[in-house]
Amino acid sequence: MRKVWDIHGGIHPLENKDQSNQLPIEFAGIPEQLVFPLSQHIGAPAVAIVGVGQKVLKGEMIAEAKGLVSVAVHASTSGEVIAIQDNPVPHPSTMSAPCITLKSDGKDQWIEHQGINNYLNLDRTELVNHIRNAGIAGMGGAGFPSAVKLSVRGEQTVETLIINGTECEPYITSDDCLMRERADEIIAGIEILRYLINPMKETLIGIEDNKPEAIAALNRAAEGTAINVVSFPTKYPSGGEKQLIQILTGKEVPAGGLPGDVGIVCQNIGTTVAIYRAIAHGEPLISRITTVTGNACDHNTNYEVLLGTPVSYLLDHSGFHQKKCSRLIMGGPMMGFTLENSNVPIVKTSNCILAPTVDELPPPTPAQACIRCGMCAEVCPASLLPQQLYWFSRGKEYEKLEDHNLMDCIECGACSYACPSNIPLVQYYRASKADIREQKQDAIKAEQSKMRFEARQERLDRQEAEKEAKRKARKLAAEERARDNNNPDPIQAAIDRAKAKKASVKSEKPAAENATESLDRARLKEVLANVEKRLVTAKEKLKQAEQQGSDNVEAFRTAVEKTNSKYLKTKQELITFNAVNPALSDSSSMPAEKKILTGDAAQDAIAKALAKRDAASSMTDEERLQNAVSAVTKRLQKAQQKLAEEQRQEGEHIDLLTNAVAKLDLKLADADAAYQQFQNNNHD
Amino acid sequence: MALLNITSPHTSGPLDTGKVMQLVLIATIPGVLALHWHFGWGVLINIVWASIAALGAEALALALRKRPIKFYLSDFSVLVTAVLLAISIPPYSPWWLITVGIVFSVLIAKHLYGGIGYNPFNPAMVGYVVLLISFPIEMTTWASPRQAYDGQLPSLIESITVLFSGRDALPIFSLDGITMATPLDILKQNSTLTVEDLWTKFPQFGQWGGLGWEWANIGFLAGGIFLLTQRVFTWHAPISMLVSLTVMSAFFYDSGSSISGGSPLFHLLSGATMFGAFFIVTDPVTSAVSNKGKIIYGALIGVLLYLIRLWGSYPDAMAFSVLLMNFAAPFLDYYTQPRTYGHAKKDRSKSEGGQ
Repeated sequence: MRKVWDIHGGIHPLENKDQSNQLPIEFAGIPEQLVFPLSQHIGAPAVAIVGVGQKVLKGEMIAEAKGLVSVAVHASTSGEVIAIQDNPVPHPSTMSAPCITLKSDGKDQWIEHQGINNYLNLDRTELVNHIRNAGIAGMGGAGFPSAVKLSVRGEQTVETLIINGTECEPYITSDDCLMRERADEIIAGIEILRYLINPMKETLIGIEDNKPEAIAALNRAAEGTAINVVSFPTKYPSGGEKQLIQILTGKEVPAGGLPGDVGIVCQNIGTTVAIYRAIAHGEPLISRITTVTGNACDHNTNYEVLLGTPVSYLLDHSGFHQKKCSRLIMGGPMMGFTLENSNVPIVKTSNCILAPTVDELPPPTPAQACIRCGMCAEVCPASLLPQQLYWFSRGKEYEKLEDHNLMDCIECGACSYACPSNIPLVQYYRASKADIREQKQDAIKAEQSKMRFEARQERLDRQEAEKEAKRKARKLAAEERARDNNNPDPIQAAIDRAKAKKASVKSEKPAAENATESLDRARLKEVLANVEKRLVTAKEKLKQAEQQGSDNVEAFRTAVEKTNSKYLKTKQELITFNAVNPALSDSSSMPAEKKILTGDAAQDAIAKALAKRDAASSMTDEERLQNAVSAVTKRLQKAQQKLAEEQRQEGEHIDLLTNAVAKLDLKLADADAAYQQFQNNNHD
Repeated sequence: MALLNITSPHTSGPLDTGKVMQLVLIATIPGVLALHWHFGWGVLINIVWASIAALGAEALALALRKRPIKFYLSDFSVLVTAVLLAISIPPYSPWWLITVGIVFSVLIAKHLYGGIGYNPFNPAMVGYVVLLISFPIEMTTWASPRQAYDGQLPSLIESITVLFSGRDALPIFSLDGITMATPLDILKQNSTLTVEDLWTKFPQFGQWGGLGWEWANIGFLAGGIFLLTQRVFTWHAPISMLVSLTVMSAFFYDSGSSISGGSPLFHLLSGATMFGAFFIVTDPVTSAVSNKGKIIYGALIGVLLYLIRLWGSYPDAMAFSVLLMNFAAPFLDYYTQPRTYGHAKKDRSKSEGGQ
């Protein structure tokens, strides 16, 4: 006997499996109308590829997968598409969703299909593609696309492949009967899985010990293979993926992680059969085994049901008495959800239709006060403290809820079952989880708008700083020109500068334009260099983020794209500029008129430069310098404030802001020095 | 067709709060019978009177709080409080003493502190402490056990008379020897005799833990084991309390000199030890909830129990020890949160404060 581990907690509700597992699986028949929801799985809904009025054959794809995490839908019998519209679907919220409605023609005519003779000759990716095209989603509960589970490997190696035949929910026997009757197909399906994911250590089928016939059948079928059938004591919820992994391997899936993180892949029994049929016979997933049970039905058994068959059709076949029925449940009594309407179809994840009488599952009694007896904590398979979670849920204390790991609750219902006060604990947790998710979404949104705002602010500041720098550079250039022309006496120079400026505005327009032009070119080059630098940094950051698998990869990618487009744009500008203003050295000798004629853009630029110059020249130098000092001071203050804020919040941009403050400090010193010098010069 | 739409799970276990409380009541029977056998009708009369008073007080509180009276009375929780307090009050106490205790337990310690499930302190023990502090003489004169007293214990009629008219109304209570110091009292007062001498000098010491007391303790132990088998509570708190009491008394026993604290067996079977361990310490509302928390909670109660028994100024210390630890329960819960599946052990020293 292989060693098995125990899980914490668990309960032993009445099994009630004998009602439905006595008879062999029956084919339920072909209903007149079938309804195929486009979303029967986790991920993006499939997209309809048929039109109303179109004739389809059995097994024909009627909706294709949209994207990687999605699953195709196939017609389960031949007939005519009569509607593509919203219909009630099996969902706890009793919602409607897009569905394809098919009117069967009764011929049940297959589309041409062919199995793969020797899949070992096939490439793994190709094989996974076959599975993807067959529309297979996990048939245990959540309906996760099987192809995704089988293809996303990365660098993880799989040690153990676990096939989940636990079926720990009371009443349900669909996997039980499948294992009894089709053990060979299951083993063949597992062999395909083994080829695909190549488990290094072992392949295990986990079954609760209340299914001796199934265990015997699988043991017979698995003889001579590397597949190991492991049975363990019956206890709810052993069939939860995380619980089964713990029972069979003693390992725990880390919080927020996947079984792959501990080298394990889990698949449901039903899924293995679907994979076998897809590969060996080329049949897509168009039917499943569904238990119909409960005392409100005369005939309790397992049906092979064409997907899309209305629940009411199955109930009609089972001698259903609505008057006796307390509620209609899809799934089991612990985790199943009630159906408000029996017109919903059987989908890929529908393992059971439970129609209990009032005596069987009486309506819930009013909840009494929690006496903190701790029975819920005793039975919780995740080792949570449900009574604490309940208090926090009632008080909407979301931080404490997260601190007490509410998000690790698997909603198995053991706590509610054990609660002597009949408190609907799981419902409290569902509501709180939804609230927390919503809050998180809101927080992310707020953070994003904050980032957007800050980025905008930073951009505006930067533009301001660039303008400032340009103004300074222009001034310096003009001063130098003036100094070169005249004597080096500072006072005289200043006077001359003023004169020269006036003169240049009046009579030396071309010269000023030349200066502007050369400055523009320098500016463009400078900007280009800057953008290039930023592009390199952004790329580095992106690379880093990608290596670390950070959440911000997307943000960095957009940043790189943006910077790149800016880089290209600036480059384009420079090229255009060079084209418009050929060799700078020549331009000084060129008549102004010629240049003005070269294009409207240039003309605009010149007009702007002139206007700026005029505005600047109307200020005295002292004023301008004073202005510069006060502007830089203001900016420094602002930057310091920002830095303080950031430090208080321990944000990520402290370094950046510290740099900025230091730079501004230097700038202020410069501006101050210039101003002082000017004043000294004037007062000497 | 529209069908009932409710969320999972759709089935629930066999226990409900009313049944849990009834099981607790049933489990007190062996201990109560032992007390009755040794101390007479006073024990049962205490229980009956306390139950009547408690139902009345609960109904009143529910009416004042505008709660459905029948629904809440049917959870039997107030009867448990009444029975536990009645067992703690000396037999042949006057009606008003019991009533004051019950009214304080139910109105103040239970409803004013938030009602069932919300009260931070064990209501029965709050009532007991209020009585002990307010009426120390009435609360510390226990009747003599049947074997230690050579007269007749009061009859049923006499006992009822005592309930309504007080002990003075009955000539029998003026007789010497109808009330006696409990073994715990004697041991605490003693500073000259060895434990062995005490046993020969005082008739009430009995075999192990005092005449009557030892059988009452064994009765409550049996009831506690029954509750454990019914999974009404887990072993953690009571067993750790008994173990820590054993360790403490073994440590200070010194094989029976005049300053000895008494043997472990004496402490386990004397006073309210077993009653406390299985019926008071296990009160779910006011104790720690995680298993580790329960172990610490129980162990500290055992330590406090011994310390107050030996060096405190009250003969028995169950109520004080439990109330002191009721304070600590939320704190214990915070630091003993079990490791969740898939998580590393939580390091609380790194997080802020004990909230």
